[in-house]
Order: sequence, then structure tokens, then C-alpha cells
Amino acid sequence: MSAIHVENLTRMFHDFVAVNKISFDIESGEIFGLLGPNGAGKTTTISMLSTMLKPTSGTATVNGRDLLTDEDGVRKSIGIVFQDQSLDEELTAYENMDFHGRLYRIPKNIREERIFELLTLVELEERKNDLVKTFSGGMRRRLEIARGLLHRPKVLFLDEPTLGLDPQTRNHLWKYIEQLNEEMGITIILTTHYMEEADRLCDRIAIIDHGTIIALDTAQNLKNKVGGDVVTIQTPDGDRISSTITAPWVEQIEQRDGYVTINLHNADKHLSEIVTLLNGNEIEITSISVRKPTLEDVFLYYTGRTIREQEADGREAIRMRMVHRTARR
Amino acid sequence: MDIIYAIWLRNVKRYVRSKSRIVGSLGMPLFFLLVLGFGLNSVVVIPGTGEGYLEFLVPGVIAMTVLFTSISSGVQIIWDKQFGFLKETLVAPVSRLEIMLGQTLGGATTAFIQGVIILVLSVFIGLNIVSAVGFLIAFLFMILIGIAFTAFGIAIASRMEDMHGFQLIMNFVIFPIFGLSGALFPIDSLPSWLKPVALLDPLTYGVEGLRYGLSGTAQIDPMVCFVVLAGFTIAMTVLGSYLFRKITI
Ligand SMILES: Nc1ncnc2c1ncn2[C@@H]1O[C@H](COP(=O)(O)OP(=O)(O)OP(=O)(O)O)[C@@H](O)[C@H]1O
Ligand SMILES: [Mg+2]
Repeated sequence: MSAIHVENLTRMFHDFVAVNKISFDIESGEIFGLLGPNGAGKTTTISMLSTMLKPTSGTATVNGRDLLTDEDGVRKSIGIVFQDQSLDEELTAYENMDFHGRLYRIPKNIREERIFELLTLVELEERKNDLVKTFSGGMRRRLEIARGLLHRPKVLFLDEPTLGLDPQTRNHLWKYIEQLNEEMGITIILTTHYMEEADRLCDRIAIIDHGTIIALDTAQNLKNKVGGDVVTIQTPDGDRISSTITAPWVEQIEQRDGYVTINLHNADKHLSEIVTLLNGNEIEITSISVRKPTLEDVFLYYTGRTIREQEADGREAIRMRMVHRTARR
Repeated sequence: MDIIYAIWLRNVKRYVRSKSRIVGSLGMPLFFLLVLGFGLNSVVVIPGTGEGYLEFLVPGVIAMTVLFTSISSGVQIIWDKQFGFLKETLVAPVSRLEIMLGQTLGGATTAFIQGVIILVLSVFIGLNIVSAVGFLIAFLFMILIGIAFTAFGIAIASRMEDMHGFQLIMNFVIFPIFGLSGALFPIDSLPSWLKPVALLDPLTYGVEGLRYGLSGTAQIDPMVCFVVLAGFTIAMTVLGSYLFRKITI
């Protein structure tokens, strides 16, 4: 049985289409990634699947429960870590967990046992009686993940779980997520705009842009689609390159900011040919390199843009959000 | 019940922890008691009762304390919305009604405690206690005011995006409710065109009920006070639940 089945799910805000007829299936036990830039519609999708937002049209089931007719059933099946913080800062870590356990009607003895287990798992057991307002961003995130697991959900939603965290904490969280998935068999759907995160964690990735899923496959297959290799040429003469290199083995050629990227198979075979061609046409080469494609190349391949250039750095985004909140306090 | 208790507990915990809020919100009532109570005690004689102004003022100031505390507890929901915590409750498999009732009872509890603190302080500065039963009657009215206006606050909060509109509500709804209620003056001495307005103010019945409990005399029959205020409390709870059900994040 698929853990999540989505069919033509659509959400509009007035006449703006935030999520446009997306359809996909997530297998039980899978880690599924929604990868896309700011405003792609990732959070809107998660909000609909977690019953927080009504779809404009389309249907979905989560853990076999229908989103439209069995909200309570869906809510019982899921755990969620929202993109924005949702802890009570005036309560301690333990009290936040305890409140959650009571909301999900977990009996007292089981509740206490699980809170202990989970706080130990996310290494917050020693800080359990400290107010959350004294916690760092990474600690808060870990606490939210622990809280989302307290009622043993079948499906866990993680909306940008590592946004704004330092690389070390991020690595740490990735390990937890993998562990959860392997040991407890929890189906995980996560959103991210970090390529490495999607690459490392997800069994399958849906690339989402402007509310539409433009590609969906395993990371490996997505990269293969782009071509076996990527040749990057740094040059002041970018414009002329695309008209010069027109051989049939070129799968795609893009130029931006003084760099030209060429997607092709068997780059080692064609490299000398490229150099000869450019030299023959007196196109200057500042540098040239060959590498395997990343998801960034996949995104570029499908959209003609890099994911980074259309958004502020993620850390910046979370900081701005926090400033915004403090200002309103 | 468990859910209502969980939400109630959270509210009470937050209240007990926010020392500055407790002290801060006692400031204005104490100021009223001391300045108005002592300042006007020898000047003002309330017709027909023979009591001093301080005696007359205490129930009004208690009602005021409960009113302001409960409204701001209800409006707390907007903060929960802004700080994201509301999502945590809304995504859980619990009904909106349970959340709303827990919030209401939590707010009413904190408002009641604030009222009791003022009551105790009043005894220290010279309020004579009429009877133990009178105390219980006063408690009953404090609880009703607390529930009614926390629910009212939730109703307002459910319709508001953020705190910006709150000042408006404060000036045009809450202060008039307080000012017209006869908390500071006897409604019988109002000009005849204004008295009906005071009688439309639900808080008037709370103040008069409290006054009956604490001093043994009131200008409105305490039974009438109880029925009107209880009716208003139920109406507000229904309205609050209805509007809260439609809240989106
Ligand atoms: N409540 C709303 N009202 C109007 N427009 C909205 C609302 N929520 C989201 N949108 C719009 O829908 C689009 C998708 O937003 P969404 O939050 O789903 O993006 P996202 O992929 O999660 O982006 P991010 O990486 O920044 O979190 C955006 O253009 C956003 O402005
Ligand atoms: Mg988002």
C-alpha cells in the first residue's frame, strides 16, 4: 500500500496557483523529497497533506485515510515538523513534549517512557527542564523532531528540517532522520532546497517549481537524465561557444556569468575535441573542468535556472523570520 | 476532558511563570483602589447605601481586573498564532471545541486568581467582609466574568490577523464596557438617557453581583445579575467556539 497517494492536488490563493495539479505516490517506508526554490509550493503541499490547508481541488490519501473526508484519521497518522518554529518557548523541553503527548492521548506511563527515549535520542535529555527560549536553533529543531515522533506516526513530514543550521548540526540531523526511517520504518516526506540534503537522504526526489512537479525519480536517475558528465568552461566568449559546439553528442548547453556548461555522455572522449574546436575558433578558455552532474545541474537542465540564483541564502531567510518575530513580541 | 485539561494546564503554567505580567496587570487596579478609593473616600457619599466610596469601589476594581486579564488571555491566541504554537494544537487529532474550551477555562482561571489577589489586598486596606457566603457569591461572579470575557477575547482573536487591530478593540469596545458598567459610580446616578446603555452592558451585572456579595447591597437584584451574566457567558462561549472553529493559520 502506498503511504501517500496524491492526485491532481491544487491550491490557489485568489487567482494565484501555488500548487498546480500535482500527482505522485509515496511508498511505505520511503524517504521522499520535495526539492525546489523559495515559493515553489513545497510548504503549501505539506500544509494540504497535513490537513492545515484545504485543497482547492484534487484528492489525496495519507496512510490510506482520505484527506477530504477523514481529517481526523489523517491527523492521527502523521507527525509534522513545520518550517517555522512551533514550540512554546515559555515551557521547558519536557513540558512541550508532555503537552504533545496529552494532545495525542498517550497514557501517562507510556508518555513518560517515550519522552525519555526520544529526548535521549536527540541528545536533549540533560536539558529537558530548561525553558525552550534558552535553546539554540539546532536544539529547537531536534526537539521539534522528537516531538513529532512522540505519538509514533506512520508518516512524518519535515518541512525544511535543516534550514539555517550549521553543517555539523545538519549532519547530525541527517543521521537521525536516516535512523528513524531504517529502525522504525517511518515514511518520511521532506522538503528542502539543499541539493546535498535531497541527494543524501531521499530515495526519490520530486523537483517542484512554480507549483508543478517537473521531474520525479531517484537522484541517480535524475542525474543520468542530464547526461553522464558536465563540462564547465570558464570563458569571456560565452556567446560564441554555443554556436561553435554543435556536435550531436552535446545534450544541452547553457551559459551564464562567464561560465558555459555542457551536458554530455563520455566527456573524456570528447574533451579534446571541444578544446580543438574552441582553439580553432580563437575562443579564449580561462579554465575547463569535467565532473559528474549534481542535482543542481538537474535543476538547471529542467528549468534553465540554478536553484541558488533565485533565492536568498536559506540562513538569511530564517534569520529574517526571527527578527520579524522578535520585533513583534 | 484530557485535552481541555492539557490546554488549561499550559495556560496556567505560563501564567504562574510570568511574574512580570502578574505584577504588571495588578498595577492599574491597585492604582485605582489607592488613589480613587482613599482620595475620594471622604468626599464621595454613595446615596442610599451609607457606605464609603472605598467599599463601593472594591467590587468594581475586582471586576475590572478580571475583565482585563481575561480579555488578554483570550487574545493570547494571536500570539500563539504569530509564534507558531497554534499550529501544533491545530494539527493534532483533537476538536477545535476542546481547544477553545481549554483556552477559555485557562484564561478564566488566571483572571480569577488576579481578581482574588485584588480582593485579598482590599481586605488589607480596609474592606469589611460581610459574610462567607457573600465571598462565595463574589467568586461565582468573578468566574462568570472570567469565562465570558476570555471567550469574548478568543472570538476577537479568531477574527484578527495580528495584534495591530487590538488597540482599536481596546479603545472602542473594552474601555466602554468597563466605563459604562457602574464599576466606578452607581448606575442610578447616571442621567436617564445613559442608564439604559449601562443596563445593556453585560459587565454591569457582574459588577452589581460582586457588589451584592461583598457589601450586601446592590442596585440590581442579584438573581437578575446572575441570570443575565450566565446567559451572556453562554452566548460568548458559543460565539467564541464558532469563530475559533474557522480559524486558519
Ligand atoms: N496564505 C497565502 N496567501 C497567499 N499566497 C500564499 C499563501 N501561502 C503561500 N502563498 C504563495 O504560494 C507560493 C508557494 O508558497 P510556499 O510557502 O508553498 O513555498 P515554498 O516552496 O514552501 O517556499 P520556501 O522554500 O520559501 O519555504 C508562494 O508564491 C507564496 O507567496
Ligand atoms: Mg516552505
